[in-house]
Order: sequence, then C-alpha cells, then structure tokens
Amino acid sequence: MKLRQGQFSFLPDLSDDDIRVQAQYAIDNGWAVSVEYTDDPHPRNTYWEMWGHPMFDNPDAAAVVFEVNECRKEHGGTYIRVIAFDASPGWESIRMSFIVNRPATEPGFRLIRQEAEGRSVRYTIESYAVREPEGMRY
Amino acid sequence: MDESRPTHVDLTAAFEDSGVRDVLRELDETLIGLEPVKSRIRETAALLLVDQARRQLGLATETPTLHMSFTGNPGTGKTTVALKMADLLHRLGYVRKGHLVTVTRDDLVGQYIGHTAPKTKEVLKKAMGGVLFIDEAYYLYRPDNERDYGQEAIEILLQVMENNRDDLVVILAGYGDRMDRFFASNPGFRSRIAHHIEFPDYSDGELLHIAQTMLARQNYRLDDGARAAMEEYIAARRGQPHFANARSVRNALDRARLRQANRLFTEASGPIGADRLSLITEPDIRASRVFRGGLDVDRKTGQAMRQAAE
Repeated sequence: MKLRQGQFSFLPDLSDDDIRVQAQYAIDNGWAVSVEYTDDPHPRNTYWEMWGHPMFDNPDAAAVVFEVNECRKEHGGTYIRVIAFDASPGWESIRMSFIVNRPATEPGFRLIRQEAEGRSVRYTIESYAVREPEGMRY
Repeated sequence: MDESRPTHVDLTAAFEDSGVRDVLRELDETLIGLEPVKSRIRETAALLLVDQARRQLGLATETPTLHMSFTGNPGTGKTTVALKMADLLHRLGYVRKGHLVTVTRDDLVGQYIGHTAPKTKEVLKKAMGGVLFIDEAYYLYRPDNERDYGQEAIEILLQVMENNRDDLVVILAGYGDRMDRFFASNPGFRSRIAHHIEFPDYSDGELLHIAQTMLARQNYRLDDGARAAMEEYIAARRGQPHFANARSVRNALDRARLRQANRLFTEASGPIGADRLSLITEPDIRASRVFRGGLDVDRKTGQAMRQAAE
C-alpha cells in the first residue's frame, strides 16, 4: 500500500528534476528547506529524523537534490521527505512537505479495534512495518 | 534528426539576446589593461555561445568543463573578473543563479577529524547554481604534513567538480608559481580545469589610470602636482615589498584621502567649497612613507629608538 502523505503523493514518484523545481520554488519564497527520513510511517509521526541542518542559505535547489541523494545512499530503504519551513511572522510553520523516497515494499496498516466501556469500540491503525524494532523495518 | 529542432541558429542574435555583449562591454569599460585576460574571456564566451548553438541543433549534448584557474599576482583583478565571469556564465545559461561564493582554505578545511567533509560540503552546497571562487587555492595542499585535512577537502572538491558539473563552476585562484606547484602535485585538478587564465601585472601608466578612475568614482580628483607625485609613488611602491598592484593603489588613495581630510580640518577657516573638498593635492601624496623608503625604514628607526630607550 503506497503511503499517501504530504504533497504530490497521488502522483507518480518525483524525479530528481521534479524535486529540484519544487525545492527551488520553496527557496525562492524564502523558506528553509530540509531533508528528513523515518522508518515509522504512521500519519501522526510528525517529527522525522533530520538529515543534516535545514538549508537556510543555499540559493540553488541543486543542493537539496544533492542532500536527498546523500540521504538515499545512507537510508535508501526508508521514507525520505523534503520539507520547507516558513519562518516569517504569523506562519512559523511547514509550508511544503513531500515524500521523495520510499521503501521497496510498503506493507500498509492494520486496523485495531479496542473494546471500551459500554460496548463502544475504539479504532486505531498500526503499520505492519513497526512490529519490527527500529532500524530492522523494511 | 529531431523534427522539432531548429536547423540553423543565428549567432549574432544569440550574442545580442543573451546579454553577453553587455557583459563584455562592461568588462572592457570597467577594467583597465588586462588585455590577455579580456581576449581569453572573449574567446571563452565565443566558445560557450557556439557550444550552446550546437546543443540547440543537437550536435553536442555534454556540458563542457567550465572550471577555471586564475593565476596572477595580488591586486590584478582576479576576484573582479570572477564576478564578471559568474555573470557571463549565468547569462549564457551555464549556471542557474550566477552568484559568486568566495572562500579560502579556512572555509573548506576543518580543525579536527570528521570536521572537513561537512564543512566543504556546506560550502559547495552554498555555491551550487553559481560559481565557487577559491582564493589562494594552493594552501589547500600542504605537502609537509601528510595528515593535513586539506587533502580531504581536495578529494571532495574533485568529486563534486566531476559529478555536479551542471550545478557549479569552480574557479581556483592564486599566485602563478605556487599554483603551478599545486597543480603539479594534484594532477586531478589540472585535468579537470579547462581554462587557465593568467593575469599580468599592471604597468605604471595603467595603475595611474586606475587611481584616477577610483577617485573619479568617489568624486575626488588629483591636481597636476598630485598626479606627478602619484606617478612617482607607483614607481617607488613597485620596488618595495608586498606590492599588490591595484590594491596598493587603492590603499594609497585611502590614506591620501585621510591626509586631505586632516589638512582641510587644520587649514580651514571659514566655509569650504565642493571643489576644495574633492581636490587631492601634492602634499597629501608626498607625505607617504613610500617616498622615504617604505615600511621597513620606519620599523627600523622604531626599533633603533626602542633600543636607545632601553
């Protein structure tokens, strides 16, 4: 099951050139672009591992593609995303976020039903991947 | 051949449209002397234009190697020309942003193990889409210390120069003889650099011309006596140590302006016109130490005085 998180996730995977153009858009708007990776695909997993520092002062997006490829060498089997942080007053938040790398197989999510008081049922999801310890998933 | 491709190109139109003509004209107007450098840049521009045209016709596909080395004595305009070169490459579409990142050994080489690679990569990332100008590049290589981290920076540089040729252009700069030794001990660099441009020293006449242009830009001018003094100054300064061509001239003019301001302050009684405020006279230049044998003389007399005091 293909993970659909962030922008462009219903499109075919982005090529390096697509990544460059998108990152350039973020840079031209003055947003700090950074690369992050994780092996926990849960949608509420907000804070992924940082790959290096956010790139505050690189005027060209070739640097982002360079870092994405460096990260792929090291963590090619996990999810990698590019995010753009807008530091301007009133925003101070993520403006863009898109996945640029995913594991070869994505096992998807399991639905968990929990019996609660009064015969009510609580639902939650869990990725099949996270049953393995960190670093051994995928 | 592809149907959509044009069958012929107009080089003159490309020359006009890309703005290369403007850059070359600016180069001619703002830089005094440096004829061999200008002609090399004109040649390079022509080569890049033709190459671009060839690519439009589908005759060439690879990005040509654009890395350069600028060799010459200090103050011969290497950084200024690098700025113009970045602009030129940007207009021709060989670099996307056209900014110039100037670095020296300190910015590339770290202080402890594992510090160099991230530092060098950070600089390279900053320079991507533009031109990386490495001043006094030979300091990167220190043959006397085999554990020097400079070697690591060189390896990363070479790798990026080869793999990311589309993303950045590297210009190495430094004194001629030391750069030659640097290239001799790092053959990888020599083969990856296509354009070697040598910057000759300025002649005395050119330096005087430069002095006048610099002053004119700041709305100052020399009177006849001062011009003669400046001519003598340049000839005398050339023979003294640490002569740095146009940079020495700029420093001399800065000091002359200081003296002029001081003179006006002490002499002036009553209002001064714009004319006097912008005139640099002979005594302003004659007061320089250069006419008394330069820096070394002062230092020696200072030492003698200290010794006498002891």
